[in-house]
Amino acid sequence: MTGYVLRRLGGALIVLFLLSALVYLLFYVAPGDPAKLACGPRCNAEQIRQVRGQLGLNEPLLTQYLHFLQGLVTGRDYSTGTGVLHCDAPCFGLSYQNDQPVTELLAARLPVTASLAWGAMVLWLLLGVGTGLLSALRRGGLTERVLTVFTLTGSATPVFITGLLLLMVFCAYLQWLPFPSYVPLSEDPEQWAWNLLLPWTALALLESAKYARLTRSSTLETLAEDHIRTFRAYGVRERTVIGRHALRGALPPVIALNAIDLGTMFGGAMLTETLFGLPGLGQLLVHSVRTVDLPVVVGTVLGIGTAVVLANAVADVLYALADRRVTLT
Amino acid sequence: MTNQHEAGIRRRLRARPSAVAAAAVLAVLALLALGAPLLAALEGQDPTTYHDRLIDSARGGVPLGAYGGISGDHWLGVEPGTGRDLFARLLYGAQVSLLVALGATVVQVLIGVLVGLAAGFGSRFADSVLSRFTDVMLSLPTLVFAVALTAVVPAGFPRPLLLILVIGLLDWGGTSRIVRAQTLSLKKLDYVAAARLGGSPPWRVARRELLPALAAPVITYAAVRVPVNIVAEASLSFLGIGVKPPTASWGQMLSTATTWFRADPLYVLLPAAFLLVTVLALTVAGDAVRTALDPRERSRLRVGTRDGSRGAAEPRGAAV
Repeated sequence: MTGYVLRRLGGALIVLFLLSALVYLLFYVAPGDPAKLACGPRCNAEQIRQVRGQLGLNEPLLTQYLHFLQGLVTGRDYSTGTGVLHCDAPCFGLSYQNDQPVTELLAARLPVTASLAWGAMVLWLLLGVGTGLLSALRRGGLTERVLTVFTLTGSATPVFITGLLLLMVFCAYLQWLPFPSYVPLSEDPEQWAWNLLLPWTALALLESAKYARLTRSSTLETLAEDHIRTFRAYGVRERTVIGRHALRGALPPVIALNAIDLGTMFGGAMLTETLFGLPGLGQLLVHSVRTVDLPVVVGTVLGIGTAVVLANAVADVLYALADRRVTLT
Repeated sequence: MTNQHEAGIRRRLRARPSAVAAAAVLAVLALLALGAPLLAALEGQDPTTYHDRLIDSARGGVPLGAYGGISGDHWLGVEPGTGRDLFARLLYGAQVSLLVALGATVVQVLIGVLVGLAAGFGSRFADSVLSRFTDVMLSLPTLVFAVALTAVVPAGFPRPLLLILVIGLLDWGGTSRIVRAQTLSLKKLDYVAAARLGGSPPWRVARRELLPALAAPVITYAAVRVPVNIVAEASLSFLGIGVKPPTASWGQMLSTATTWFRADPLYVLLPAAFLLVTVLALTVAGDAVRTALDPRERSRLRVGTRDGSRGAAEPRGAAV
């Protein structure tokens, strides 16, 4: 077991390492001259040359990449000509816009994205697993048909359309909810939840369709298994059969999928954050792409990549732990 | 394919009312997109001219008149803030949407088939390297990388082509997995073995024996990809990194609509309706194609299997 977990995490680390090399290569080699971008549009040739020296862009590419990796582990210093800017580990570099360490920018955005992810997860699990179970237990008939329509439209509707429709109904027409603006949880929990309710719902409506489908098929599969038939034959109450035994068999794939989705959400829900104006990681990425702030782009992409790769590894391990039929080798 | 076989496919497609309806909707959409210049000329408008007289500058640029300024001159009203004709913009938006989605699907299929064939038909080493690579590509969040990639492309690069390449180059993992799995099982069949023993070089076996047999599963999967790619293009445009203004696209209109949803609801509803109808029609059509090409497949929704979350054909997570 421990061996499997270690191997899986080791594999994830290798992927992350390759990812860092790929992203670094792409963003620091492809786009013409990073020094020009870092310096800004009004720089003359002399200033650009200076910036190039400060960023270490005169060194060979491999050395630059090693410095980048080193910065990730130990932090690094940038000389600005007049002084030294220190960038703590893990250092993704400094923003071209205002010389702020990228790590700080990411850390400032994380609570917003985390709030969005956790809340949405609770909603989509309630909604998705609930409807999935319901339709598995009442096969055929109206429930199943409604679910079919729900899953088809739910997963086909882009989140910004769902969000816009929600805004039109609850914010403009009924005026029950405010246009979301992020209030930190530590400041005012009630306002925090009240403001995030619409984004959570928009995400949950999108995701829950997938969960409903998965829960349904997984439950049906479990219910058809021999041990369930045996429990029923022994006269175990239906509630116990479903609630204790069928659910235990049906949930592992749901748990695994959830780990992946949560990882993706932690990487920033770009569309949702952009629509509702929430200052999370996704919005940071979109903004840094528009301003061609390469260190921030690289930092965000690597941060998001890490979240997703780790989530995939965790999903595999959770799946193996939750489903005792999977033998780990 | 024999004529009889093709007739069977056509019969199964026609037997489903939903498939016929979806096909009709798609035909209308294609006509609207292709005929955009003609239809706009018929209306007497174009998608880029500003009409300051039609918007209420005192109220921030809300269209004058009821329902977003619908009139005999502007069949679907005008855009708030600019007064550009909405009918023309929606039609030209359809062009972008369909062009990018179809182009990206072609790129995905090409890469997916090449990688999948090489993995399934090549050496064991090639298989393990390519399969790992595919796994990594599948686990990456496509939209994030698509957004990031647009940051490093020169500003002059043609935008629709960029969108096609970005979506196509990032999201071919599913196709490649399916092609690899099919190739592995085809490889064991007698006729393929006979061709190999007959001394044909591998690439000729792949082209003449494997590719025809791969057509059905690849077409099936490609059909499912198109609506996903439509949403991807709309998402990128929504984030402001799609086609450059003043070119119209549905995603960009919806992005502008975030500031107008109170004052001009129709400006949200129209592009949303166009996008949704397109995606739904393509989804239903894709499902129908799958059923028609594989008669054993019952006409049911694609359900996740026990390991559905890691399965080959399971579409990856939706863009959030």
